[in-house]
Amino acid sequence: MSGDLPNPFDEHDELAHLPSDPALRAKTLESLLVEKGLLKQKTVDAVIERFENDVGPHNGARVVARAWLDPDFRARLLENATAAVAEMGLLGLQTTDIVALENTESVHNIVVCTLCSCYPWTLLGLPPAWYKSYPYRARVVREPRAVLAEFGVTLDASTEVRVWDSTAEVRYLVIPQRPAQAEGLSEEALVALVSRDSMIGAAKL
Amino acid sequence: MDGIHDMGGMHGFGPVPYVANDTPYHEDWEPRVFGMSSAVTKPTWAGLDYSRHALERVPPDVYLSSSYYERWLYALIMRQVEAGQLTMAEVASGRAQPSSSVRDDAMAPEAVDPYRFSPFRQAVDARPRFAVGDRVVTGDPQTTRHTRLPRYARNKHGEVHLHHGAHVLPDSNAHGEGECHTHLYTVKFTAHTLWGAESSPIDHTYVDIWECHLERA
Repeated sequence: MSGDLPNPFDEHDELAHLPSDPALRAKTLESLLVEKGLLKQKTVDAVIERFENDVGPHNGARVVARAWLDPDFRARLLENATAAVAEMGLLGLQTTDIVALENTESVHNIVVCTLCSCYPWTLLGLPPAWYKSYPYRARVVREPRAVLAEFGVTLDASTEVRVWDSTAEVRYLVIPQRPAQAEGLSEEALVALVSRDSMIGAAKL
Repeated sequence: MDGIHDMGGMHGFGPVPYVANDTPYHEDWEPRVFGMSSAVTKPTWAGLDYSRHALERVPPDVYLSSSYYERWLYALIMRQVEAGQLTMAEVASGRAQPSSSVRDDAMAPEAVDPYRFSPFRQAVDARPRFAVGDRVVTGDPQTTRHTRLPRYARNKHGEVHLHHGAHVLPDSNAHGEGECHTHLYTVKFTAHTLWGAESSPIDHTYVDIWECHLERA
């Protein structure tokens, strides 16, 4: 297999022959793959279960809370996030090379994948629907301030906006600003405070 | 390829359907498609970059009118057909052809582990051509093949912001032509360079770009 790939959907009107209901289409394909020995249903169950329970924003929130509490860890995270996240045993699928981006009074970072839906799975779980939506992918690079305003994040004209387009296997984790009311909280309480969207840069805390 | 997937900067899409703390799935069948895509048997050449290229080759009208996991489902079908593991006739009928072979080496549930991964980065002999701070200009690949240089960032002047070492090159790997580890950089562009005078004079866009798509400015 090499070179220019033909499109198997180009020459046939095959898509029109598939069940029109996506639920039925998915079910039909799953039973076909099982019938041909290409798939085990229990493995599909295991993928769904492990991606729902073993990974997710609680992992990213642990990284953020630790960065807030431990200046040495914060420095290591900003210097080499891949190594710092590896220390915590949180590298994994779609999370092999990481850059941490710190939001401050003067800089606001926000992450997108304009070409598809790249996202740090082990740190944030699977991406929310809006992150994969066409308007987000199309607009946040061109007009990040307008998109952020729609999300309820208003920024001063003097705050620099940095948009990071995940076009490779580097995954970006935003370290949100620690809110004033978080002073004196335990690490556990801080973890609970960190929202998934704040680690994409789509929300402030 | 200049496909519909390359939508960064396009106009006319309207408001983002933002819901705070939104969930990844909205329909019961969607997790099944994610699970199938991860668990299905695939040839060794059919890796992540090839999967992305399959999604890009979903016809533009179908791409735009389908939901995220509908597109994944089309791409999964495309990959299985191209691998010779399913025929379109089987997909359409939902039944295996009587003469077709049945395998018994599908991935076991115990093998599922989100924390297990193969690295994309690898040490190479070639020294990086660019250093952080270098001024660069991006290429303009005119190709129907897979590439990760978005249209909005082609023929543009920027500055090397980070060097990530050498990573698997999607442009070759998607086509089964080897991983060809190539130096990868994050390139920083002013918003004005990419988005014109309407954009904020202090904002920046950062894009990860492989060395083969960069020249010294």
